[in-house]
Amino acid sequence: MPRVVFTPAMQRHVKCPPVDVAGTTVREVLDAAFAIHPSARSYVLDDQSHVRKHVSIFCDGRMVRDRTRLAEAVSDDSQILIVPALSGG
Amino acid sequence: MALKILAATRKGLFTLAPNGTASNPWRVERTDFLADNVSMVLADPRDGKLFAALDLGHFGVKMHTASGYGAPFVETATPAYPPKPEEANEVDMWGRPIPWSTVRVWGMETGGADEPGVIWCSTIPGALFRSSDSGATWEIVESLWRHPKRVAWMGGGADLPGMHSICVDPRCSKTVRVGVSSGGVWMTRDGGATWSNDNTGMWQDHAPEEFKFDPNGQDAHRLVQSPSNPDRMWIQHHNGIFRSDDGGSVWHEVLDVKPSSFGFAVSVHPKDPDTAWFVPEIKDEKRIPAGGELVVTRTRDGGKTFDILRRGLPQEHAYDIIYRHGMDVSASGNDLVIGSTTGGLWVSADQGDSWTEAAARLPPVYAVRFMEV
Repeated sequence: MPRVVFTPAMQRHVKCPPVDVAGTTVREVLDAAFAIHPSARSYVLDDQSHVRKHVSIFCDGRMVRDRTRLAEAVSDDSQILIVPALSGG
Repeated sequence: MALKILAATRKGLFTLAPNGTASNPWRVERTDFLADNVSMVLADPRDGKLFAALDLGHFGVKMHTASGYGAPFVETATPAYPPKPEEANEVDMWGRPIPWSTVRVWGMETGGADEPGVIWCSTIPGALFRSSDSGATWEIVESLWRHPKRVAWMGGGADLPGMHSICVDPRCSKTVRVGVSSGGVWMTRDGGATWSNDNTGMWQDHAPEEFKFDPNGQDAHRLVQSPSNPDRMWIQHHNGIFRSDDGGSVWHEVLDVKPSSFGFAVSVHPKDPDTAWFVPEIKDEKRIPAGGELVVTRTRDGGKTFDILRRGLPQEHAYDIIYRHGMDVSASGNDLVIGSTTGGLWVSADQGDSWTEAAARLPPVYAVRFMEV
């Protein structure tokens, strides 16, 4: 199953260790991860469920560019990494 | 009951308490959210509950609440915007889409004494939220957010429009007035079902002729209402000081205020509608205290004359800005506090005649509140 890893910078605010969850797109995988860590959702996504302006998501080392639909495909052994963007200071 | 001071700053929430010594009468008693950006704080005198609005930068706005002073803060619901319809293609002055997402909590007030649990919260981009369960859940005030005139609001102090002032009328809790930078003053008389900004008198000299007097374009920096005579309202406006004697329908410009009528903060005496305080700065392009001297101005006659109060405030190379929520007055009307962008915090126990430095090097101060515990 794809693995979602939340940045250590989030752990100070909300405890969310890595999770292995099912899904075929970034959106599906994240939704499954937020089902386990519901408090983490608003740290990554804004009120419209788009990726927050100063959060970056990487899938297998590539930055996810579709920040609104999150429709990019993921494979069964993908790793999705959620990190603070340097644009956020 | 002891008077304490809550200071929301760029790097945490600080609570100051009386120190018991004449030379150093205040001390920081408690810190919360150290290193985090706290944009707003509210103490609900009806039940003792505290609210702190955080702006975590990367991770967005988060609301925290504590059941009382000294109790731990826990994260609670944050005001959130409704789904943005595809056809809502509203844009800011640079043509960028207006986000339907909370960027900053810029105002919080309790509902009336007859509305336990009601909390109002205002945000950037300019919206008003209401909670009827002490912040456990929030609802956007749809009637104002969907108002056709709302999309004409512009940024003022921030790129996006922001609602910063909420005045719940002490005579009727369903009458609420709000101040917007830049969207003027809006009023509801039915608890938020309908709104109007049908007022006159405010004007701004920097706007084109067609918009100078447009009530929907006014940059009201801060709006306050007199508790003892709620028809008396004061505005520290981008273009000066304005006073209303009829609950905000007609605004009168207050002229000849030295050293300046520009500023952000205003407080009104809780028992005397004619007494109000302001913190002047050199107008607009500069935004520093005139001559590097930090002063507070006070009128006691409804704006006809002003005292310049400086005793105890820094008078040499002081470039402190007091933001719009950076001044508060206690319930007695005797105590004042101001907190500055350079981390200074000063307290007066004599209505501003003299001031004592309570803290010298806090992080930049966004909001101060007196709290009785």
